[in-house]
Amino acid sequence: METLWFILVALMLIAYVVLDGFDLGAGIIHLLVAKDETERRLILRSIGPVWDGNEVWLIAAGGALYFAFPLLYASSFSGFYLPLMIVLWLLMLRGIGIELRSHVDSPLWREFFDFVFSASSLLLAVFFGAAIGNVVRGVPLDERGFFFAPLWTDFRVGPQPGILDWYTVLTGLLAFATLAVHGAHWIAYKTEGPLNERARRAAARGWYLIVALTILSLVATLNVRPQVLDNFRAHWWGWLIPLAVAASLAAMPLFQRRRRDLAAFLASTLYITAMLGGAAFAMYPYLLPATTDPARSLTIFNAQSGPYSLRVGFIWWLIGMALAVGYFVFLYRFFRGKVSLEEREGY
Amino acid sequence: MDAEVIHRLHFAFTVTYHYLFPQLTMGLAPLIVIFKSLALWRGDERYNHAARFWMRIFAINFLFGVITGIPMEFQFGTNWAKFAHYSGGVIATTLAMEGVFAFFLESSFLGLFLFGERRLGPRWHWVAAFMVFLGSWLSGYFIIVTNAWMQHPVGYEIGPDGVARLKSFWALLTNPWAFWQYLHNMNGAVITAAFVMAAVGAFYLLARKQEEYGRLFLKAGVVTALVCSMLQLYPLGDAQGRMVARHQPVTLAAMEGVFRTEAGAPIVIIGQPDVEKQRLDNPITVPKMLSFLTYRRWEAEVKGLDAFPRDQWPDNIPLLYYSYHIMVGLGTIFIAIAVVAAFLLWRRRLYEARWMLWILMLSFPFPYIANTAGWMTAELGRQPWLVYGLMRTSEGYSPTVSAGNGMFTLIGFMGMYMALGILFLFLIWREIEHGPKFLSEGPSAIPPSAKILPETGD
Repeated sequence: METLWFILVALMLIAYVVLDGFDLGAGIIHLLVAKDETERRLILRSIGPVWDGNEVWLIAAGGALYFAFPLLYASSFSGFYLPLMIVLWLLMLRGIGIELRSHVDSPLWREFFDFVFSASSLLLAVFFGAAIGNVVRGVPLDERGFFFAPLWTDFRVGPQPGILDWYTVLTGLLAFATLAVHGAHWIAYKTEGPLNERARRAAARGWYLIVALTILSLVATLNVRPQVLDNFRAHWWGWLIPLAVAASLAAMPLFQRRRRDLAAFLASTLYITAMLGGAAFAMYPYLLPATTDPARSLTIFNAQSGPYSLRVGFIWWLIGMALAVGYFVFLYRFFRGKVSLEEREGY
Repeated sequence: MDAEVIHRLHFAFTVTYHYLFPQLTMGLAPLIVIFKSLALWRGDERYNHAARFWMRIFAINFLFGVITGIPMEFQFGTNWAKFAHYSGGVIATTLAMEGVFAFFLESSFLGLFLFGERRLGPRWHWVAAFMVFLGSWLSGYFIIVTNAWMQHPVGYEIGPDGVARLKSFWALLTNPWAFWQYLHNMNGAVITAAFVMAAVGAFYLLARKQEEYGRLFLKAGVVTALVCSMLQLYPLGDAQGRMVARHQPVTLAAMEGVFRTEAGAPIVIIGQPDVEKQRLDNPITVPKMLSFLTYRRWEAEVKGLDAFPRDQWPDNIPLLYYSYHIMVGLGTIFIAIAVVAAFLLWRRRLYEARWMLWILMLSFPFPYIANTAGWMTAELGRQPWLVYGLMRTSEGYSPTVSAGNGMFTLIGFMGMYMALGILFLFLIWREIEHGPKFLSEGPSAIPPSAKILPETGD
């Protein structure tokens, strides 16, 4: 049951990164690819009806994490106190950036909120990447299973690391590049004409960055935490994951050149899924490794909430998720196709 | 200030601020459904314009509710880690269910509701409005059940590792405390929406603009306020109070300002509790009323604070006492306002009675105060417990987060929320200035900036 919930929570987090990832990415690059007010509006319109729902996956995944592994939630949320609070503030700024820019018909007002939207999207991508880096690297857990990580110490990966060290900065940059390209794919898919061209070009350029950072971060991960290979040694099928990473990386430029925007978007979706799935696979059964004493590490066994609630939870989770997936399929089908400003929809 | 105080202030500040928004969201949702239903049923386009106007207010309000709500879900872990660990086996069930059942429903249908009216057609747009209503009320239910478990823990057992875990899923969801608390709370939300609606209507009539809609909003607001403010007193508030008496008698004593146990206890209308001297200054009381209201017998004995050891007393009795009395006092005033306004409406004199319109226009902040005071009563009344009878507040906060770090983020939230508040008031004011008539004049009246996102029309 713990293993099942480990997979479910990982799936929900992946769903969050894939879905909110493209609107974060759209936020990161919208100042870059949109040259005028009309184009900016087109980009915002492509994410307008869905970004809020996408963000709900973060809340739902967080809720599921708390539900399945309360000790992990308590320990990591209090330990990562400062970065989480900063993430909260960035999420707030981003929400008002998207929604309020069009409320007042003034170029200054819009310029300000465009900047807020872009900057907060960018920083969020970096923080999310750094978060994954922190979990993989581990934290200095005490005997109760708690810790407190300062934002930075000496930027080295030691026994008392900060949230930001060279390794987590690297994973943060990788997340930034990945989401920017993912967002560019989405914009290309949802728009036409020069905006579509520019988004595709941005994605093509970002691809080099992703490849370079992927290789760098793989090497760095093997260095920082060699134990990640254990599960790959034990289960041969785990190697399918790096294969999927390589395949999706190879597919991106191929589809970009052939102007198959949806296929390129699906390729970056596969890349994100494979990278995060690979991280989860490599971590299992650890949830949060300790840099102090490995025996203090939080695992799916010592952090779980109890067999009864996990069993009951699986039932309501299945029902709830079936409904949620239903809504999302309907929502995306309803707003499918290229966006335009001519279409008079809404009220 | 020590860490415990900072963490308490942190949660109190963010949750109090947050709840200013959902109470209007949850209260407006059913009223919008009613407007949409009237439009369908009577085929009158004006109800659709009215629904659209409130939909825009709703959308802005919803956004601020979401933005200030995200931190709430995080803060159990960030600031109250030991509580989160201790109670996670139970309350994480309802918190996770809120995400899975309510938030997905709400956010998906809100997108359709705001962006899809034309493509959905009137019937399906009604369905979207209804689903948004359902989502927001479900969300409220899961939060109340979570809070009810802290007030009156049920359906749990203490596991071998010393933390609570779920024993009965249904007992948790059907906590008797949650039933009355939910109805009391949701009805309070509708009262807020009713007074806000009446205030906007009164403003339009006083300012002599949008008068057709002003009359409609006034009528809807006053009638709703009348029904809901009476229900709030009886049976909802009454039932809630008697539940407190049954399960948390020391809380009842503190909020009513009863220092000494007595038979045929009077109810205090006004007076200042002096905890040191254990007496009430300048009391105005109604004899035997408290005994009757609590136990339905004039001579029943009501336990005073002296019947309980001091370490069981709520730790801020004056604030608890005032919160409770402000809530009840305002509730009584709401009934008075609603009765007079409804009487004038019935005699067809309300729309010309400027003095009453002024009162209605200026009274919209008070339901917010009453709802806030009600929550303060519930939360201060539970003290010194975090989970009633199981875990004290002093045992629940994060062991590794220092007072300095807590203060840093508390100040951060204060700054952020001040900016948000200014933006919110500015945007809502613009919507009210534009009004529903502006929307009904067709697309040409909408400024060009408004053509992407729903909040400004499209």
